[in-house]
Amino acid sequence: MIETTTTDRRAFLAAAASAALLVTLRPAQATPASMKAAINDIVKGAAVRPGRVKLDVPPLVENGNTVPLTVAVESAMTDKDHVVSIHIFNEKNPQPNVGNFYLGPRAGRAQIATRMRLSDTQTIIAIAKLSDGSFWSDSTEVVVTLAACTEEAT
Amino acid sequence: MASALINVPVTAKRGDVIEIKTLISHVMETGFRHTMTGAVIPRNIVTDFSCRYNGVEVFRAELFSAFSANPFIAFFTTATESGTFEFRWSGDNGFIETASASITVA
Repeated sequence: MIETTTTDRRAFLAAAASAALLVTLRPAQATPASMKAAINDIVKGAAVRPGRVKLDVPPLVENGNTVPLTVAVESAMTDKDHVVSIHIFNEKNPQPNVGNFYLGPRAGRAQIATRMRLSDTQTIIAIAKLSDGSFWSDSTEVVVTLAACTEEAT
Repeated sequence: MASALINVPVTAKRGDVIEIKTLISHVMETGFRHTMTGAVIPRNIVTDFSCRYNGVEVFRAELFSAFSANPFIAFFTTATESGTFEFRWSGDNGFIETASASITVA
């Protein structure tokens, strides 16, 4: 922004304040309810039990644009007992889904790592589907200081 | 032009569980951002990723807007035989990118 160098401090602060207001007023947002709906699309009404899944996200994130996360599921990963898929959901991004990962017994270890965006301080949920049809989950609250997704493009 | 970075062990023992790391250069425009004039910037993301090991799919992922730019995905597989891994990304606006890596299994 070249203009910033020529505007005085007061004008800049006023612009910054109005920009912040714009961001807070933007309505598009996933809600805990839409996250539940997205989860139900995957689990189809089956019970999701806590445990076996370990979702590893830093508790405090400075930049919501790249938040590293790792999901590991306790599983023998044999033909009879393995993780079929891992699903990640968020509460407050514009869309509740983050990613769906499909593995199989050949994976050897049920663990995936990726990087995601977070638009706000919120709860992340990881759900694993096992070959016996059961669902297991883990959730973590992440505090975000700089949000992603909603910033103005220049 | 998009490009991919792949990290696969060059050699492995049969039965070893190996980690595969992938990174592809892509903006991953969410479709939720606006320009200064209020126009929505259309979504442009990678939506699908798959990994084939000697022709057999061993890993697949569906990506959403919440993925960071330049999507990074790391996963595991069992080294069963020497051969090639084929990676394929596809997404909005007909985006398709492929990459491959070979492994020698002793």
